Amino acid sequence: MTAPTTSARDRILARIRAAVADAPEPPPVLRDYRDSHHPADPARLLDLLAENLADYRALVHRCTEAELPALIGRILAERGSHTLLVPDGVPEPWLTDARVDLVRDDPPLAPDRLDAVDSVLTGCALAIAETGTIVLDAGPGQGRRALTLVPDHHLCVIRAADQVVASVPHAMPRLDPARPQTWISGPSATSDIELDRVEGVHGPRTLEVVLVE
Amino acid sequence: MSDTYLGMPSFPEAARESTKDTRLRANLTHATHTIRDKRAKAVAELDDWARLREAGKRIKDETLRHLDEHLIRLEQQVVAAGGTVHWAADAAEANRIVADLVKAIGGADPDKREVVKVKSMATQEIGLNEALEAEGIAAYETDLAELIVQLGDDRPSHILVPAIHRNRGEVREIFAEKMGEWGRPAPENLTDRPADLAEAARLHLREKFLRAKVGVSGANFMVAETGTLVVVESEGNGRMCLTLPETLISVVGIEKVVPTWRDLEVFLQLLPRSSTAERMNPYTSTWTGTTDGDGPKEFHLVLLDNGRTATLADEVGRQALRCIRCSACLNVCPVYERAGGHAYGSVYPGPIGAILTPQLRGTASAVDASLPFASTLCGACYEVCPVAIDIPEVLVHLREQVAEEGVGHRAERAAIGAATWLLDHPAALGAAERVAAKTRKLHPKRLPVGPAKAWTDSRDLPEFPAEPFRDWWKKNRR
Ligand code: SF4
Repeated sequence: MTAPTTSARDRILARIRAAVADAPEPPPVLRDYRDSHHPADPARLLDLLAENLADYRALVHRCTEAELPALIGRILAERGSHTLLVPDGVPEPWLTDARVDLVRDDPPLAPDRLDAVDSVLTGCALAIAETGTIVLDAGPGQGRRALTLVPDHHLCVIRAADQVVASVPHAMPRLDPARPQTWISGPSATSDIELDRVEGVHGPRTLEVVLVE
Repeated sequence: MSDTYLGMPSFPEAARESTKDTRLRANLTHATHTIRDKRAKAVAELDDWARLREAGKRIKDETLRHLDEHLIRLEQQVVAAGGTVHWAADAAEANRIVADLVKAIGGADPDKREVVKVKSMATQEIGLNEALEAEGIAAYETDLAELIVQLGDDRPSHILVPAIHRNRGEVREIFAEKMGEWGRPAPENLTDRPADLAEAARLHLREKFLRAKVGVSGANFMVAETGTLVVVESEGNGRMCLTLPETLISVVGIEKVVPTWRDLEVFLQLLPRSSTAERMNPYTSTWTGTTDGDGPKEFHLVLLDNGRTATLADEVGRQALRCIRCSACLNVCPVYERAGGHAYGSVYPGPIGAILTPQLRGTASAVDASLPFASTLCGACYEVCPVAIDIPEVLVHLREQVAEEGVGHRAERAAIGAATWLLDHPAALGAAERVAAKTRKLHPKRLPVGPAKAWTDSRDLPEFPAEPFRDWWKKNRR
């Protein structure tokens, strides 16, 4: 670090200390807000997640573990995808019915290569029912952040049994801040022109979610 | 703050001009009312809103009281996670740091002297784009609205929807004419459908994202405990800037720190609902230093003071530092609705601008001295503020200061200007009074003392809305 910034640090810290020297201790933070706004009924939570995802224009599918490969195959076929990006750790059985060329991020693909794939398939770290949010943390089956950003179609699988939480306060303790996270609530959107909502600007314009029960 | 705004007319003069612009007013009215109504619904979904708001307020107050400790902890954690932390006492220092970093990375190759930017109020505040340009570095704004503003050689007018003063037809023209000068031109037969305009922006910016070596961002929150930064956005341009470049530089005001990771559970509920009126915004990114094999290899955090410590020293005014830039106060403000964002002469428009700008940069200029008067003190901003900033209280306090500092006539002119403007626009005043009637309970309790008394009327403030400017006017009219 160079000399001027070091002294800026000292000056700023000194100014802060002088500014609050006489300030009273503020009242303690109370966490008396709700830790969730819905009853902890797993079936109800799944419905709520599906509703909220759809409300923010994600395409939502529900199926059993056994139906998953066929569903993935059908979604890709109906979309007309020819290439599918598959991060490390995506279970092989998910891919058995996918009639597409699989693209692996090994060695890591340059951004323009990512731009050329039709779809990307991932799992997730968890999903938040109340807000219709999927959280990715670059864990197994999710890949580095760019993989779910550059392609235009993101297909994301959520395991209902252990990946759905009710609320943001329930999500925080399960997430590791040391990992880079992306919280996704519906496809990319803008309302910048006359407040007219347009789906999809820079992120994937189509977000498809499969809830596996 | 940015030079763009120096020499701006005072608020009343600028507001007089913009109220003549009927389209600007129609757009603003439509925007503010639409977002305002949606916000009310999104907030009503949470029956513990008042408790979340109180928690948000207290977390920020606690943070500000021990800001030095939290910043030191943040610095330790960012460094431990592979990042580098810089401190900038003012805009010039921050701009210098960023420009030097970009030059060091780009080397002698002028083609590499470019950065992609995600919308950030802090970098607008310091005039970073202009400073980089002066050093031969091109800074590309990547928010759709910011792109419209930048290509149109214009200034933002709203925190959340900065190009709200532009209609789709104008956006089409700007894109058709200007995109080619900056990179990939707009398609030949571009229509004015928002979806087509967004597609044109997607293609124009994509080539920039894919080749960008340096990204520049701000942050909505920084977590001291873990060294984590958080950016909340909708379009995905933030993810592009935070993920694809090899180097990321984040310029963040020192007041954006929160103590713990858990504290985010409060702000990630308060912010989206207050801002875009969504349960959650489409994308939230969090990162801690650098991660091997994922995202930028280098991360620089520039901690910015630029008037914040001076604000912190003011016992009444420091609450403005709680602001999470949601823009809810703009959307309920009758004065903002009439005057538009540009009249405030800074990157922070509306009620928050009226209390933040004069504190960050002092009240030496006409526009800054007049800002505390750009309000009817109706209290609607306080009511919607997710961190309970008592904006009217701060306004009254700043009016006193302007009065004490300005040897009579400058302050007086500011007040007369604001009052005249409102009287010239009975609809604004009427609207203010109607809102005020509903928010009576929320009016500032603190009675002004000293010279400001004359302008706020010395009677009970709860009765304030129907009276202040008219009373003042009657008494002081010569
Ligand atoms: S002052 Fe309050 S309402 Fe206004 S932008 Fe800041 S946090 Fe939002």
